[in-house]
Amino acid sequence: MQLDALTALNAERAARRAAILVTDLDGGTQRVVREAEIAADPLADLLGQRLASGKSSLAEVEGRPLFLTVQAPPVRLVIVGAVHISQALCPMATALDLDVAVIDPRTAFATPERFPGIDLVTLWPDEAFGGAVPALDRYCAVAALTHDPKIDDPALMAALRADCFYVGALGSRKTHAARVARLGAVGFTEDAIGRIAAPIGLDIGAVSPAEIAVSILGQIVEAQRAPRSAAAR
Amino acid sequence: MLSTETDILSTAEAWRRAGRGVALATVIETWGSAPRPVGSHLVVDADGNFLGSVSGGCVEGAVITEGMEAIADGRARVVAFGVADETAWRVGLSCGGRIRVYVEPVT
Repeated sequence: MQLDALTALNAERAARRAAILVTDLDGGTQRVVREAEIAADPLADLLGQRLASGKSSLAEVEGRPLFLTVQAPPVRLVIVGAVHISQALCPMATALDLDVAVIDPRTAFATPERFPGIDLVTLWPDEAFGGAVPALDRYCAVAALTHDPKIDDPALMAALRADCFYVGALGSRKTHAARVARLGAVGFTEDAIGRIAAPIGLDIGAVSPAEIAVSILGQIVEAQRAPRSAAAR
Repeated sequence: MLSTETDILSTAEAWRRAGRGVALATVIETWGSAPRPVGSHLVVDADGNFLGSVSGGCVEGAVITEGMEAIADGRARVVAFGVADETAWRVGLSCGGRIRVYVEPVT
């Protein structure tokens, strides 16, 4: 590998941007395709599909064996609200290799006893992001679960502005209608607001906190695995 | 502490920048119960110092040797290991899996 290709890969990873290293196994030639360059690449479809899968793998293009090293930033899940559903969600999300953080300014809820081993941040979302919780980006999922607009709304706004790949909010259709009105009033477009999954989770008839957690994670996986080239906005 | 892929690629760059001969090994294909997934890396320098894992230990020695040879001759190669391989008796995967590894010098 050329040192400049390795340097480019490392720089993209440090910046939490995806990149794919395309290696021709026969000739040994290599090139780095950055996420933003995929759409215009001759192998756009293949690269977009492999990036969505998140897995490195072999491919054959016009009879030549290629190896695609897929480097996608680790996906983070920021849960807003140290509530009962969150307690069920945390271990399941960890099992899916998501980097989990829970934000809740209410110290009565956000206790290490209720969330063993989880990165707990007892701050308001606006205080947390960019500080105790790294700034949100496209490789973040945000689930707002407090039912309290004072806490959920700022987190949802930050998630929409950061173009997080998944934004979900707990609450009934009525609650969500009120939320849509509030977000619209502060300038979010209908398209942007439409990206919020609400009521949160896949419609699987979930009842218990653990079932709701499953429905949320199912929706996150679905969003994560959708081809990114199609999702490129 | 377990080294992550991040550590390994960053180390490869740092070692190369420090003027050391460096090779990178990448698992490109697995069959059966191979212990390390496709895409796993191992970095090795000309003295045999290494970081990372391509097989959980079974064939690391052979991959490190291949890496040192790649540093010496400047050529990339694909090497295969597995129970069906003649070399299996020496460096086979005890788990019964098979792997192919791409070993390339960093130039």
